[in-house]
Amino acid sequence: MSEIGERVKKIVVEHLGVEPEKVVDSASFIDDLGADSLDTVELVMAFEEEFGCEIPDDAAETILTVGDATKFLEKNAKS
Amino acid sequence: MFDLTGRTALVTGATGGIGGAIAQALHAQGATVAISGTRREVLDGFAARLGERAHVLPCNLSSKDDVEALVPAAEAAMGQVDILVANAGITRDNLFVQLRDEDWDDVIAVNLTATFRLARAATKLMMRKRFGRIIAITSIVGVTGNPGQGNYTASKAGIIGLIKTLGAEYAKRGVTANCIAPGFIKTPMTDALNDKQREAILAKVPAARLGTPEDIAAAAVYLASNEGGYVTGQTIHVNGGMAMI
Repeated sequence: MSEIGERVKKIVVEHLGVEPEKVVDSASFIDDLGADSLDTVELVMAFEEEFGCEIPDDAAETILTVGDATKFLEKNAKS
Repeated sequence: MFDLTGRTALVTGATGGIGGAIAQALHAQGATVAISGTRREVLDGFAARLGERAHVLPCNLSSKDDVEALVPAAEAAMGQVDILVANAGITRDNLFVQLRDEDWDDVIAVNLTATFRLARAATKLMMRKRFGRIIAITSIVGVTGNPGQGNYTASKAGIIGLIKTLGAEYAKRGVTANCIAPGFIKTPMTDALNDKQREAILAKVPAARLGTPEDIAAAAVYLASNEGGYVTGQTIHVNGGMAMI
């Protein structure tokens, strides 16, 4: 897993309180990791903070899985 | 009880009777306060009287840009916004059929839309910290209606609905949202009433006196405190029994 992938995973584990082994690229925040819609908003805010970038609403809507987040941040992360 | 040491509070309309009393009471309980209003000199004088832990943030709530800058400015000044008291409000009274569109728009913009924008920005900060207190000052007339105040009552009733939704969405994040609904409170606004009007009002108040801004501030301190953490989505009526809801 990439360095960004590891940081994404750490944030997801912390925010959703899930087992690290469940946080795989294909895991959907809502369907597999038990997040509700507010949790996903918080995750996006946490990603923005960690990676120093803005995630616009239309982009946030396409981030449904751990892999989606990693892919977006590998392209857009500033820190 | 009700110790607010280490907490940070943003109070709008702090140059008014009720807003001033709330800011003073939160400050007296140990909170750092950012006081906001349109009159810079009045705010400066107030901050000087409060002494330490007071920041002045002038803001015109009818300006979208001003409103959107206010919570970030409070965060910059105090490091966080733990408590938001959305107190500022205006009236443009007229009989319903004579209410002009601009009277409607102005009152909704300042009383309701600004409250929405401030609460949205503050809630984002609060949910991250897993602590927050949104306190909106509504009014008894938002629940009962009042001749001549179609715009004002709509704005205040709107706040009550907004606060219930906020309370429901963020309760799990340690953020509570509540309203305080004052009845007739002794302020410059009610000082302008003549004796006859005053008598007519007092006849409807079982407590047989006007409320004081401090009566409202005490409710705000409670809602802002750790002890008030299990209260959310509520409207606390502080009205001497004038309406029992």
